[in-house]
Amino acid sequence: MAEGSSRVLIADDNKVNRLLLSRSVELLGHRIALAENGRVALERLRKEPFDLLLLDIEMPELDGFAVLEQLKADLKLRDVPVIVTSSIEGLDNIIRCIELGAEDYLPKPVNQVLLKARIGASLEKKRLRDQEKALVRRFATSEVAEDLLQSGFALGGKRIKASVLFSDIRGFTALVESQGPEETIDLLNTYYMLMFDAIGGHGGVVNQMIGDGLMALFGAPLPLDNCAGNAVAAALEMVELIQQFNLERSTARKPPIRIGIGVATGDVVAGYTGTQQRATYTCIGDTVNLAARLEAHTKVAGCGILIDDTTQRALNGSVPMQPLGEVPFKGKAAAVEIFAVMASQLHGQT
Amino acid sequence: MDESVIDRAVYAELRDTTGAEFVAELVDTFIEEGPGMLAELRAARAECNAERFRRAAHSLKSNGRTFGAVKLTALAREFELKGLDTDPTRDAASLAALESEYARAAAELMALR
Repeated sequence: MAEGSSRVLIADDNKVNRLLLSRSVELLGHRIALAENGRVALERLRKEPFDLLLLDIEMPELDGFAVLEQLKADLKLRDVPVIVTSSIEGLDNIIRCIELGAEDYLPKPVNQVLLKARIGASLEKKRLRDQEKALVRRFATSEVAEDLLQSGFALGGKRIKASVLFSDIRGFTALVESQGPEETIDLLNTYYMLMFDAIGGHGGVVNQMIGDGLMALFGAPLPLDNCAGNAVAAALEMVELIQQFNLERSTARKPPIRIGIGVATGDVVAGYTGTQQRATYTCIGDTVNLAARLEAHTKVAGCGILIDDTTQRALNGSVPMQPLGEVPFKGKAAAVEIFAVMASQLHGQT
Repeated sequence: MDESVIDRAVYAELRDTTGAEFVAELVDTFIEEGPGMLAELRAARAECNAERFRRAAHSLKSNGRTFGAVKLTALAREFELKGLDTDPTRDAASLAALESEYARAAAELMALR
């Protein structure tokens, strides 16, 4: 029964009721935990995960209505299904339970067959909801997923200050042609794992992956105190991780890979774009274009990391860099001052 | 035995769905907890605490219903719905009736278990 077994919390102040409900739920193959009032129930729910709450209404300290209100207001707990089991008087009280978010109401003493059906339905609904959340998390970053779950979905954007990072693998097309498809996917997966680690570790969010290229945001959707500093720290770590990865590749007699990174800081418009059916969280604006241009320019400049003037100024000299003068970029009216960040050299691999 | 104290059909269903051994344990718990619930009801009456009074009556009603203690359930429910009487002597009389009904139910449940 282990597979279908769920954890059920039973909150009831009456000992006979707790015993009887425990027995009924255990007979259905689920594991139980007990709370003798609403306050204890909330404490347990905040400490450990439960699949379902069986909730009495009349309880000392904190009654069932208050528990329902607090669960509803708690982002982490609002999806825990609740079945109210009570012998409370008055239809208005039962309606109040449902309005406060209870899945169902079962009068006491609880009929075993009805309990089985209600628990089954509630757990199935929770399973589907959990699945849905996991899916959102797989295809969106956890920050975007949180944002979606909290504020819901709406097309439209807002203007925020952020750093945008673009990166890709140099000479990737030639590499793809020289090796089998499995090896390419394998390489990409390792590469992405390393890059996600470096970006996530510095508070960034990978927003897009296209082939061997990626776009990451620092400061959106969640604000960062020093988005430029974080973005450059992530860029340096990305280069370092690739250098280490190349050491492994060289022992396997594989050619090293090189990456180019561009970072720009400034105002971006962030939000959901697309249609009501299919949309993506993204950032648009001059800063984004500039970061992409800088990344492309690493090929021309022959260096790993290029940043714009705004990013450079935000760093306050904390990272060694070399000014490369002004460069005219496509789509830019005036030439842009650019800087090369000096990455520490490991075995001269990059 | 007086069939009007414990509804045999309710009791039998409880035993059939949860097991005879478990019901014996449940009856023991009820008999342990019962005097405390009655004392709570009296204490709430004495200090005129309507909320506490209603809650104690509700608890007794709920347990009475579980075992099919028909009269006990009805008397407790009356207290729950009506609340504290403006005249405490009326409540005292009803409380005495509830207590003797509890004693009858407890005795019969002991015999049935």
